[in-house]
Amino acid sequence: MGASIVQPKKKKQNKNFLKKVKQQKYLLILLFPCLLYYAIFKYIPMYGIIIAFKKYDFRYGILGSPWVGFEYFKQFIQGPYFFRLVRNTFLLSFYDLIWGFPIPIIFALLLNEIQNKKFKKAVQSISYLPHFISIVIVVGLLKQMTSPTSGIINLMIQRFGGQPINFFMDKEWFRTLYIASGIWQNFGWGAIIYIASISSIDPQLYEAAQMDGAGRFRCMWHITLPGISPTIVILLILRLGRLLDVGFEKVLLMYSPGIYETADIISTYIYRAGIQQANYSLGTAVGLMNSIIAFVLIVIANKISQKVSETSLW
Amino acid sequence: MTKTYKKFNAFDIINTLLMTIIICITLYPLLYVVAISFSSSEFVQANMVKIIPKGFNFGAYAEVMGNEFFWTAYKNTILYTVVGTSINLVFTCTLAFCLSRKELIFRDAISILVVLTMFFSGGLIPNFLLIKWLGMYNTIWAIVIPGAISTYNMIIVRTYMQGLPEEIFESVRIDGGNDLQIYLKIVLPLSKPVIATIGLFYAVGHWNSYFAPMIYFKDRALYPLQIILREMIVEQTFQDMAGDLAEAFGQSPPTSEMLISSSIVIALIPILCVYPFIQKYFVKGVMIGSLKG
Repeated sequence: MGASIVQPKKKKQNKNFLKKVKQQKYLLILLFPCLLYYAIFKYIPMYGIIIAFKKYDFRYGILGSPWVGFEYFKQFIQGPYFFRLVRNTFLLSFYDLIWGFPIPIIFALLLNEIQNKKFKKAVQSISYLPHFISIVIVVGLLKQMTSPTSGIINLMIQRFGGQPINFFMDKEWFRTLYIASGIWQNFGWGAIIYIASISSIDPQLYEAAQMDGAGRFRCMWHITLPGISPTIVILLILRLGRLLDVGFEKVLLMYSPGIYETADIISTYIYRAGIQQANYSLGTAVGLMNSIIAFVLIVIANKISQKVSETSLW
Repeated sequence: MTKTYKKFNAFDIINTLLMTIIICITLYPLLYVVAISFSSSEFVQANMVKIIPKGFNFGAYAEVMGNEFFWTAYKNTILYTVVGTSINLVFTCTLAFCLSRKELIFRDAISILVVLTMFFSGGLIPNFLLIKWLGMYNTIWAIVIPGAISTYNMIIVRTYMQGLPEEIFESVRIDGGNDLQIYLKIVLPLSKPVIATIGLFYAVGHWNSYFAPMIYFKDRALYPLQIILREMIVEQTFQDMAGDLAEAFGQSPPTSEMLISSSIVIALIPILCVYPFIQKYFVKGVMIGSLKG
């Protein structure tokens, strides 16, 4: 009895579904190439990760190559560069975070205090210009600024009686150069979002505070900063999730074998092992480890933020 | 924001000064390369050029522009930017439109599969092997197709399209129009502002990209500008650039620093020219993106 009631319902659903498909045929025609794109260029590479567990040989293809289990993971972890790569990646990213993250916030807060509207606008427009300059050019500019013979930084050092420093060849300076040039390129761009959220704070709060005799810094500390703190937290979580995702395209342009000690990071190693030396399986294995750690980091960051501030990504 | 303080105090002076210094630091490297590129090599070698060109001349530009590789690369960059951005916009807008339609079957499942790719990816090597396997290696397609849709940009466009009033679509339906007509005749024209914004994001991305061309191109004839710049800056090689310009100009030839500077200036010109007009769109793009929440 039950079955005979269910069946017509199911048939009806199928019919409805077909009717829907027919109604949406143009929509589906439009959708198809886009889904094909995602399948080929996003999901096939995910499937390709299995070569991390195989000894990939192009003659046999992905499926035909023999399984080797965790061989390449072991090879990487036991290899001579493992500790150095992990340390460099974390340190570069960590320093980038503690210097690069607060500066746009401070810049936005200070810029907000500028009274002259035209000057404020001019500063803002100029501040994000470097964001649109390619990293190749940024590194080119950096090389010119730090050149031992003609760079302004070394000319200044010499004027004050110091010895010129060959910044690009000195492993002690790599992180500073990387982070400083990153700040130069992105502080203004990073500030846009804070400036926007500052401008959405209710002006009455300021008026009330001033009425109560609060000064500049008190307003900044008790109104502006709390007003933008949800934005800060969200961006911080996102940033923590990318802790291992260092801008390696810039590192590739800046480093040289002489400074691998501080400059070589996991993703540049993947590039050298995987692309340049064509050790595809090793490169994939290291890449997979990198993304697993990155994923764990973003989950942890999100958990902490849920506890501390009740702001969460999901 | 109506926030007025009566006094212009010490804080304002320091703050204004600080902002002025920040502007100077931001602009100095750019002004410096411009100055170097227009100066004559005697002054450059004596480290006498700071912000104003000394011994004004076009020697370095003549040298760079006379270089065949440089022009091929420039043309390539324009080609990749135009073709790449067009592909980006067609795919991104189409998917955004489909996902903005509430009646689409499996809409939620498709959305999840699409958004997942923002967090998980195959990584460098599997992508590289895929391009080789598809036969795209050493062709323009290797750099314009794989990044056809940036999921982040697609979400920005979709959010915008979802905000369009439903009633307009109904009127087209009543007149017997289908989804394709709704898309082409109504949604796309109404979405012009957001399309312009993400189009600019994509275009700047193509103009500035060096990594994909570096790993996917073998032929020098295919190299875009950024690769040539990279060779000059990182590897310090100058393809056929050490000409005997001295005889031609009756003065010492441009130094490598000058050649790099003038190349940088030529590569930056398009961005600097359009920047004043488009920067407000970029800011708008960041705003729309941040509101998606």
